[in-house]
Amino acid sequence: MKLIEQMQPIHLDALKEAGNIGAGHAATALSQLLHKKVDMSIPSVKIIPLYEAKTIMGEETLVAALYFDISGEAPGSMFLMFQEKEASDLIYSLTGQTIHLLNGRLDPLAVSALQEAGNILAGSYVSALADFTSLPMQVSIPSFAVDMAGALLDSGLIEASEVGDYAIVIDTVIGETKNSENSTPLGQFFLLPNIEAFEKILKSLGVRLL
Amino acid sequence: MTSIRTEKLIKVGMADWKLAFSPQVLRTSGLGSCVGIVVYDSQKKVGALSHIMLPDSTLAKDGKVNRAKFADTALNDIVSELVSKGCALPSLKAKMAGGAQMFRFTSGTDMMRIGPRNVDAVKKALMENNIPLLAEDTGGNKGRTITFYPETGCLHIRTIHEGEQVI
Repeated sequence: MKLIEQMQPIHLDALKEAGNIGAGHAATALSQLLHKKVDMSIPSVKIIPLYEAKTIMGEETLVAALYFDISGEAPGSMFLMFQEKEASDLIYSLTGQTIHLLNGRLDPLAVSALQEAGNILAGSYVSALADFTSLPMQVSIPSFAVDMAGALLDSGLIEASEVGDYAIVIDTVIGETKNSENSTPLGQFFLLPNIEAFEKILKSLGVRLL
Repeated sequence: MTSIRTEKLIKVGMADWKLAFSPQVLRTSGLGSCVGIVVYDSQKKVGALSHIMLPDSTLAKDGKVNRAKFADTALNDIVSELVSKGCALPSLKAKMAGGAQMFRFTSGTDMMRIGPRNVDAVKKALMENNIPLLAEDTGGNKGRTITFYPETGCLHIRTIHEGEQVI
């Protein structure tokens, strides 16, 4: 696909910066919610061929995932994924409940706490991204599921696959700061901009594709 | 040949397909709304596994079509590959798994029902090729990892919440 061949490091850097702004605001929001010190990894921007795309979180890794649909000028989808321990830690912090993801029926209160946290996080991420790029975007309410990460990613990858054989993934880990060197992961964002969103984001940041 | 060959696992990624001869084994992991289609010849002990994402190649928005991505084109390609390897068309059989709806959505766009649409498209393409569908485990809202053994014609399906079953 032409666009992918034209990609230069400067384009990836621009997307990285967009991810940085978004996830930075989300980390601040989570820090206020949990009253804990929260940090984030430097976002990684990957252009992944479809046949490898399901491996970004491990195809069969058990996760609790929130899926958000992003609409507006720069459409796409976003996943917020929690591994088993991260999900139970977060639910414990929010509700005082101890849960096990594999326990078929999750308590509705636990699910709704996780969804509400996800709402706040994705809302901060996307509105920061919208401000930074001056592109109006709205984020849907979250859909929740517990399953294999690879299977859950289908929902976002299929939209990308209509246009090309690659997915663009902006991936950021947020964690709780333990000390200057250590942090415990709390969850992971995957932003999958549609191809037209990708072009618009670059353009709005003043980076042109050749 | 007296040496014992160990099973060789062949992994199939999304929007891809692979062919295997017994004792090789085919696997694709993390099927959500995607569908894994197996077409095989139990006498020759050869099979092909295809991991499709979309029902119909006319959905492609770009000019160049990756045929392995769509139910219709992928199925045609694996059938001609099997025939070119010496399988007789009437001896081909099929099994499939996947086509789930992983998230429950409030806004019901067409994209969200893609799992069931994939399943329907595979059935239609099989019918057009006169290939009988012997078994399926489709729909629901669970992710599946599937492994196919050309030796036995068995398709093993693993899920997180319901363990493993064989069809």
